[in-house]
Amino acid sequence: MSLNKIFRNTLLIISASILLSACAVKTTGKMQGDVYTGKDTVEYLASGVPDRVFFATNETVLTTASRETLRKQASWLRKNSKINVVLEGHADERGTREYNLALGERRANAAKDYLMTYGISGNRISVISYGKERPVDSGSNPLAWSKNRRSVTVKAN
Amino acid sequence: MRKFIFLIYICLFVFNWGKAWSLIEVDITRGNLNPLPLAVSPLSVDQNSKEKFKDLLKLEDIGVEISKVVENNLRQSGLFNPLDPKAFLQKPDIAHVKPRFEDWALIKAQALITGEVKIVDEKLRVEFRLWDVLAGKEIMALAFTTVSENWRRVGHIITDKVYQRLTGEKGYFDTRIIYVAEEGLKTSRIKKLAIMDQDGFNTKYLTLGNELVLTPRFNPTNQMVTYLSYFKNLPRVYLLDIETGIQEVVGDFPGMTFAPRFSPDGKKIIMSFAKDGNSDIYTMDLESREVEKITNHPSIDTSPSYSPDGKYICFNSDRSGYQQIYVMRSDGSKVKRISFGNGLYGTPVWSPRGDLIAFTKLHKGKFYIGVMRTDGTGERLLTENYYQEAPSWSPNGRVLIFYRETKSDSAGKGFSAKLWSIDLTGYNERMVKTETDASDPSWSSLLTD
Repeated sequence: MSLNKIFRNTLLIISASILLSACAVKTTGKMQGDVYTGKDTVEYLASGVPDRVFFATNETVLTTASRETLRKQASWLRKNSKINVVLEGHADERGTREYNLALGERRANAAKDYLMTYGISGNRISVISYGKERPVDSGSNPLAWSKNRRSVTVKAN
Repeated sequence: MRKFIFLIYICLFVFNWGKAWSLIEVDITRGNLNPLPLAVSPLSVDQNSKEKFKDLLKLEDIGVEISKVVENNLRQSGLFNPLDPKAFLQKPDIAHVKPRFEDWALIKAQALITGEVKIVDEKLRVEFRLWDVLAGKEIMALAFTTVSENWRRVGHIITDKVYQRLTGEKGYFDTRIIYVAEEGLKTSRIKKLAIMDQDGFNTKYLTLGNELVLTPRFNPTNQMVTYLSYFKNLPRVYLLDIETGIQEVVGDFPGMTFAPRFSPDGKKIIMSFAKDGNSDIYTMDLESREVEKITNHPSIDTSPSYSPDGKYICFNSDRSGYQQIYVMRSDGSKVKRISFGNGLYGTPVWSPRGDLIAFTKLHKGKFYIGVMRTDGTGERLLTENYYQEAPSWSPNGRVLIFYRETKSDSAGKGFSAKLWSIDLTGYNERMVKTETDASDPSWSSLLTD
């Protein structure tokens, strides 16, 4: 395959994925798709270091914004090496209790894994799932649910 | 909770259970739109006993009170229509000895329950009879003695006997429900383990609400409960002895254990253990403390429930990409997906009769409680709502209890969590009375069999 052809194929794939994402992901108010993008429930571990990341319904995949937040957390944790954290995984109320406990655990671990790839020792991170037990927003609507699908990084000491 | 294992002495003094000539029969396999009209005559009490019970129990007329328990149970079952006692022509004491069937037929009663309560050696002695009004015959008679504080249970046992005689299946009235009592804001709910009689009376709280507790389930003898507690912020499966109040963690797992249930022989607890983002199903033998890993898959495997013979386990897994119901042998082999309808499926629970699995289904933003055969065929949805889940079977496999939550605004206004029950037929949906908001109900087996 010529270099030219590879280049052309890559371009095709890129433009296709741009097209696809443009169709699939709709940004409405404080949500992109159904992932929360607002700031009103966010607290800060330090200046410019948000404490939480948000997930799509039934998903445990970290979004681009989530990865950016976690990289900030990682660099802050590297600078403050005495601080340990608990990652609290949560789900929205639209699932069965037991499955949501597992889902919250998986979300918190997705965040933990990402922090670890940025050099934070697993020993400094513990994980707890609250499933649907501790919503931040009591509302029964998509926006409230998107705020509740989250992993929150909390200082443990 | 010593009462929990007290003994009831039952003596059959007339044995007359032959079914051949009986005219009354209640079919419980179909939705019953014409519940059987029957009369529950107040149990008669002699003056001396009445005074003594008044002192002991602060009840004006214990005979009337026990009859009310029976009447309420029968009405709640949806299969019977207890007639208004104001229409009764015959006095309770005479009716119990020799009912005038014409009088009872006149008010359209097809069956009649009569009885007598006495105090004997400081104990409560009840005798009751069930009569077939149209045939003009006694079809059952029983007597039993118990401590007087158990007077409500007497009503439940009478109901069970009548239900069994008229439907041909065991009842579910002398049973308890364990559940999670809820209070406070939705964002910081306070949850306690609570236990009550099946009809909502005699509520007792088993934990104080200092830590979050979820999903309590009885063992087969109803003396132990397994549940999830966030004690010291470590979510783990616990075991509670109801009588002694002693609690202990089940196993020594380096992470969250959840979704516990007992095996049908009560010797093991089956549950999920979550670690590094993966939940698998494990069992722990309560005697040997031996832990066995049952599933081994990078997906979420949870909500396990044994078949009544202990040979199979149904569970919830998202190994297909979404939450579905699977069945496997109890050693973890021969895993087979059984749910294939549209939507997500969770919380499978095997029926005590062995032939069905009840579940929660989420489809197009609605939650359903449904049943399917154990091979996944014959799916039937019983009830649809904004949010409901976690069915638990009555011991005779005829009724399901579950919980339902209502919508709320961002301040939590409008939110409630309540227990509901529905017949397997899809009829007779009812809210179950609880002192507080409630969730995660689990039905005991019959306390006296």
